[in-house]
Amino acid sequence: MKTLSRIYNTLIFAFLYAPIVVLVIFSFNDSKSRSIWNGFSLRWYEALFYDEEIREALGVTLQVAILSALFATVIGVLAAVGIHALNKKLRKVFLTVNNLPMVNPEIVTGISLMLLFVFIYQTTGLLRTGFLTLLIAHITFNIPYVILQVMPKLRQMNQHMYEAALDLGCHPTRAFFKVVMPEIMPGVTTGALMAFTMSLDDFVISYFTSGSTAQTLSVTIYNMTKRPITPVINALSTLMFGTILLLLLAVNIYQIRDDAKKKRTV
Amino acid sequence: MMLRFHVHWTRLSARNFVPFNRTVYTAKGDAFFMENKCIIDLKNIAITFDGEQILQGLNLSIKDGEFVTLLGPSGCGKTTLLRIIGGFVSPDSGDVFFDGKRINDLPSHKRPVNTIFQRYALFPHMNVFENVAFGLRVRKKKEDEIRQTVEQMLNLVNLRGFEKRNISTLSGGQQQRVAIARALAVHPKVLLLDEPLAALDLKLRKDMQVELKKIQQQLGITFLYVTHDQEEALSMSDTVVVMDAGQIQQIGTPQDIYNEPQNAFVADFIGESNILDGIMHADYLVEFFGRKFDCLDHGFDPMEPVDVVIRPEDIDIVEPIKGHLTGTVTSVTFKGVHFETIVDFKGFKWLIQTTDYYAPDTTIGIVLNPEDIHIMKKSAYSGLFGDYSSYSEEFDELADPDAAPEGGAAE
Repeated sequence: MKTLSRIYNTLIFAFLYAPIVVLVIFSFNDSKSRSIWNGFSLRWYEALFYDEEIREALGVTLQVAILSALFATVIGVLAAVGIHALNKKLRKVFLTVNNLPMVNPEIVTGISLMLLFVFIYQTTGLLRTGFLTLLIAHITFNIPYVILQVMPKLRQMNQHMYEAALDLGCHPTRAFFKVVMPEIMPGVTTGALMAFTMSLDDFVISYFTSGSTAQTLSVTIYNMTKRPITPVINALSTLMFGTILLLLLAVNIYQIRDDAKKKRTV
Repeated sequence: MMLRFHVHWTRLSARNFVPFNRTVYTAKGDAFFMENKCIIDLKNIAITFDGEQILQGLNLSIKDGEFVTLLGPSGCGKTTLLRIIGGFVSPDSGDVFFDGKRINDLPSHKRPVNTIFQRYALFPHMNVFENVAFGLRVRKKKEDEIRQTVEQMLNLVNLRGFEKRNISTLSGGQQQRVAIARALAVHPKVLLLDEPLAALDLKLRKDMQVELKKIQQQLGITFLYVTHDQEEALSMSDTVVVMDAGQIQQIGTPQDIYNEPQNAFVADFIGESNILDGIMHADYLVEFFGRKFDCLDHGFDPMEPVDVVIRPEDIDIVEPIKGHLTGTVTSVTFKGVHFETIVDFKGFKWLIQTTDYYAPDTTIGIVLNPEDIHIMKKSAYSGLFGDYSSYSEEFDELADPDAAPEGGAAE
């Protein structure tokens, strides 16, 4: 029985990770071939650095990721505080509404955002698809993740702590920053990291909302597959995979540490 | 006549200040009871949560310098009342006056009252010093003044040397003390305490009761204390306000409340009571169980039906022939100080506390002196309390949600 479950596990992980392993291995291949190993080389990584299109896409990706994470965190924290202050019934309604976009197929979100931007552009002449629409789209799909990370921290907090600060003469705004913020900070940080990761990771929504002037890395990779494929794609994908893996690891380690700290104080 | 000691906070650390005392001696040497001015006045307070009436038309005046306790079962509205005074809840109707000024629209951070919350609500990311200094920093006091006040406050609550300690390293009792020091550091005129000792174990709770009372007397400020523990209320308060179902049932000194309960609810909630149906034949003469007894109460209509309260510790057990009433012992529980003896009188079971042991099935007689009998007017609570037929301690505990400290803090 035990061996059976072990085989089963191995198979699952093999199916999940074999493609990525192949991708990573062939990113170091010293040949254009995608099936024959010609020896170790970093030439595709080197080629990446000299590729103007990829460098530009990297710049857009990082800018969008950082800015969207920042905006989504601010908006998400404010929203979470507001939802937390609602009564039970309304809170449930808002949390369900919040969770919907996360399970909603990305293509629906992407197309609907694109249609909205096109509609606005055609009626007002504002918001031509480009960097700004890309950023707005990323902020939109990032907000629910931030709310999801911050809500539990608000719930865990001693509900009277904010009142205690008011009671001691603190202005409500100041009380929020002095007392509530430090308590929910772990959730805010993981929320921001999640948003950053999600933004790096996204392809579908970016594809529909970026237009032709601003392309993210994933959109660039997709466009590259339409031309004769070079293993530069392998190298780029490997780097993206590595970055996102590291970020997710960071989020997890941060959460584990925070939980351990909580346990010690209780 | 308005006289008041002004306690100088700077003298606190020296511990040589005059303790606040309500008896003041005039130049001639004759004492009179000081008439304290009213500091908090609640007029017609009503509030509803989710269609449930929490407080209904409540009026209450609190005198300056008093230790007032709001006592009642959970859900009676006592915490809500405290939160209305603290400014965390707005009443649907009615007015809150502080020092004669209406403060309904004053936000909580501008009110001259401070609160000790049920679960302390200390700031975990600050050390003890910063917690106590919080209100002073908000008020932009100078650094050396802050240092001095924090030191005084930590001395007052016996936490000298704890300044650098992290909140999470403190015991429940120590956290409670920090919460008290933090609230007192901003010199409130009134301190609101919301079941502050509920989470502490029995021994610590007793110690803290004595200490809180001492602090209140030293500073001479008004304490408004919420509890469901009747013993706590009786032992600490100048005035007890008994509440149930969003209404005040009785206001009085602890002795008044215990000896002269106004209705069956108060008689049952404060201590143990046997409550019987009686008929008041005339002033000082009451009939129950088919027998007339002399009593000390008067002012009822002739033949008015009344509730008769007899405290279990006031009943004297004698031989059956000598007794006013005779009954049969049905069960006995040893309680350390006394035996709790349940006695059946014609189908109505009484609780009698006695230091002598009477075995079950013994027939005994009891003697009731006029001062052992207390007469109350009939009320909505008549017939609900005071029969020990189904007496069981476990039941009492189960019926009290506050007994489990992990329960919801919000009321």
